[in-house]
Amino acid sequence: MAARVITITSGKGGVGKTTTTANLATALGLLGQRVVAIDADIGLRNLDVVMGLENRVVYDLVDVVEGRCRLRQALIRDKRLSEVYLLPAAQTRDKTAVSPAQMAELCYQLRPDFDFVLVDSPAGIEQGFQNAVAGADEILIVTTPEVSAVRDADRIIGLVEAGEKGPPRLIINRIKADMVRRGDMLDVSDVLEILRIELIGIVPEDEHIIVSTNRGAPVAHEPSVPAAIAFRNISRRLLGEDVPYLVMGASPTFFDRLKRLIGPKPEAR
Amino acid sequence: MGIINKFLGRDLVGSKDVAKERLRLVLIHDRTDISPVMMEALKADLIAVISEHLEIDQAGIEISLTENRGLSRLQATIPIVRRRVRG
Repeated sequence: MAARVITITSGKGGVGKTTTTANLATALGLLGQRVVAIDADIGLRNLDVVMGLENRVVYDLVDVVEGRCRLRQALIRDKRLSEVYLLPAAQTRDKTAVSPAQMAELCYQLRPDFDFVLVDSPAGIEQGFQNAVAGADEILIVTTPEVSAVRDADRIIGLVEAGEKGPPRLIINRIKADMVRRGDMLDVSDVLEILRIELIGIVPEDEHIIVSTNRGAPVAHEPSVPAAIAFRNISRRLLGEDVPYLVMGASPTFFDRLKRLIGPKPEAR
Repeated sequence: MGIINKFLGRDLVGSKDVAKERLRLVLIHDRTDISPVMMEALKADLIAVISEHLEIDQAGIEISLTENRGLSRLQATIPIVRRRVRG
């Protein structure tokens, strides 16, 4: 069966595209899926370090496109999951080293051997982004509940819809339940009301992400970490399962406020 | 709730409501891609056309973009001074 090619993009940088790509690759791998994650951020390679595979990089995407190696030679097998692979970006080149048509061809060649091809897009709306979406069947847009990230997500949605890629789906990352409860952070319904696209995931702000990135082992491996559960839920939704969403920071009740007044800080849900 | 908030000296409106309103406005302009220059040109043309038929208060004209249920609309408020006597 041919793989689904899914591009993870955002417009704004630093909202968690690479972390999301690494964790969805891991979570899908844990579900027994054959996955290849492509780092399309040529010149600013990072998916390798987030996945903990930086010491194994020999060839990269540009080497494949320019014929210096076979596609299979450039794929790096994950340390823990035998059916998860990384195709790293070139670090010493720039976005113009590859064309959208070449990226689309690359994705096409990977289809027969995998269930999922995940493409980690660079920030921005220029050629790097165009390359990343060129071969995609589906687009996932990552945003955080901040004005700048939501504005950029809206711009990307417009570009994706104009490119006839089918309706993109949204991942809202780094939600802080306590700030939502205080009314100091846009909540899931606010962001959905503004962007009006289908939701596929909500991921809480979680310190475990930094710890796991430090170690080069995606957090999705952790059994009970909230962000890990969130990423595993997204991967199950990608497979068509109807998974309920984590509730994060419903609006404050009288009891919440009373607790804050008399007791210790309410813990983040 | 309001009383408790007042008692605690908290703002009645959380900053997310400000964020949401600002986003709403900026996205209306992003989505329609209408520049301030184009809005001014539109306003001048509207004044010219309507003035042929009605006497309007040009200083009181307000043109803005609004959005409702996914549809962008151009909203113009044009105060009429009085109808011209037809010759």
